Amino acid sequence: MNDTVISAKNLSLTFETNDGPVHALKDINLDIAKGEFVSFIGPSGCGKTTFLRCMADLETPTGGEITVNGVTPREARKSRAYGYVFQAAGLYPWRTIGGNIRLPLEIMGYSKEDQAKRVQQVLELVELDGFDRKFPWQLSGGMQQRASIARALAFDADILLMDEPFGALDEIVRDHLNEQLLALWARTEKTIGFVTHSIPEAVYLSTKIVVMSPRPGRIADVIESTLPKERPLEIRDTPEFIEIAHRVRDGLREGHADG
Amino acid sequence: MRNILPVLTVVLAVFALWYGGAVMLNKNWAYDKAERAGVELSFGEMVRDTMTQEKPRLPPPHQVGAELWKTTGAMVQRGRAFSKRSLIYHGWITLSSTMLGFVFGTGLGILLAIGIVHNRAMDKSVMPWIIASQTIPILAIAPMIVVVLASAQVDDLIAKGVISMYLSFFPVVVGMVKGLRSPDHMQMDQMRTWNASRGQTFWKLRLPASAPYLFASLKVGIAASLIGAVVAELSLSQDGGLGARMLVGSYYGQTVQIWSALIAAATLAALMVASIGLVQRVTLKRMGMAQ
Repeated sequence: MNDTVISAKNLSLTFETNDGPVHALKDINLDIAKGEFVSFIGPSGCGKTTFLRCMADLETPTGGEITVNGVTPREARKSRAYGYVFQAAGLYPWRTIGGNIRLPLEIMGYSKEDQAKRVQQVLELVELDGFDRKFPWQLSGGMQQRASIARALAFDADILLMDEPFGALDEIVRDHLNEQLLALWARTEKTIGFVTHSIPEAVYLSTKIVVMSPRPGRIADVIESTLPKERPLEIRDTPEFIEIAHRVRDGLREGHADG
Repeated sequence: MRNILPVLTVVLAVFALWYGGAVMLNKNWAYDKAERAGVELSFGEMVRDTMTQEKPRLPPPHQVGAELWKTTGAMVQRGRAFSKRSLIYHGWITLSSTMLGFVFGTGLGILLAIGIVHNRAMDKSVMPWIIASQTIPILAIAPMIVVVLASAQVDDLIAKGVISMYLSFFPVVVGMVKGLRSPDHMQMDQMRTWNASRGQTFWKLRLPASAPYLFASLKVGIAASLIGAVVAELSLSQDGGLGARMLVGSYYGQTVQIWSALIAAATLAALMVASIGLVQRVTLKRMGMAQ
């Protein structure tokens, strides 16, 4: 595949702090192709979130190059090329669920009819139809996070960047949302960048797993998943799944050993 | 309803203190009178005297209550609610300059807060001046503002409103700066991912997020505005108002009149703060932000 969506070459980012420079990212090289589901996994401080934020133009790299859809992240952001899901749902308490999902559409100047149509569509996509008039506090944490995913899907972005979106949720809700996310990805054919610190989650979801290690933040291993696209939850008990998980764990351990 | 008992207890305690204070402060005058008349006062006679003096040092509650009724309810019954001797008339004068100052003070406060939040230079340069403005005693600056505005042929109502504004814009600035800055990093980043303009971020995020802060400031602001109006009336007493009533009362030693004007001002402040509380409850509920 040569339709690369995100491409990083020798990407580096150094934060200047009072205790001296911190190398959040050092010489990152990675290509993400259209339609891939890429997970970034690693211990805290490995720069996985920083890397995602570089793609989103929320951080500015201090070295190297990164392109999104063939242009700089800044231009990609200005053309609203991606939807970003944060760790917290970040829904506005003064807006209904429908109103929250409409928010980016209002900002981007979609027509009223189009807004209503899209809100309806994405609510169905995350199985929240009928909840558009509810306020965020009337929903559970998992439902709120689904609403925030719906909000990121509401406008026509081909890329979905997710920063530990299920990190604050319990295991059962998380499994359910993982299943839904896979179904959603299959239907929308978006390219997904997904930061997590859970090995099973990364292996279950991804077509490609990027293992990162800290100090300086760098890529320790890139694992292409051999799992089929169709993935029931039981796939996590297959030898294939366990083998990939094992490789991820090895990569994480190695990163720690020389870090 | 379960608030009633504690509130009642406090009210009773205040009345007990008040009556006790009235006896203590007024007893010397009672004894003086008795001495001049050459009679001995028993304790009971002394207490009775302290409750009925014409110009007591501290008028007891029932005297203030009677004066309040005489200058409000009784005048309404006689159809003279807006006579110059009515506290309703004076309260209305104070209320109009309070409201004028409050509306302009709130407007000024919000505008300054918007400037401070969006402009670094304003943030660094204006805030210290705003704080300095509040360290000047209002009692000192009010007559000067009145004189300057009067010489510029400005209407008295506006002159008093300016002083109210001077006191009421401050809590609004402080509260609104905090409120407009209340959206966290994540929410600001989120706006950035949608490539929202500063205007959109303001109208859709900062302003609604600041609503609870605004109401808290408005409550402080309107009370400060009333103080401003009363102080301004000391300099413009010819127009009347609760402040003027206090001043006139102090000229003639009419303590009962001073205290009833004081109670009227406090009641007015309580009513205004309560009505803002009501607007707050309704607004935040409609916004889905009710606590």
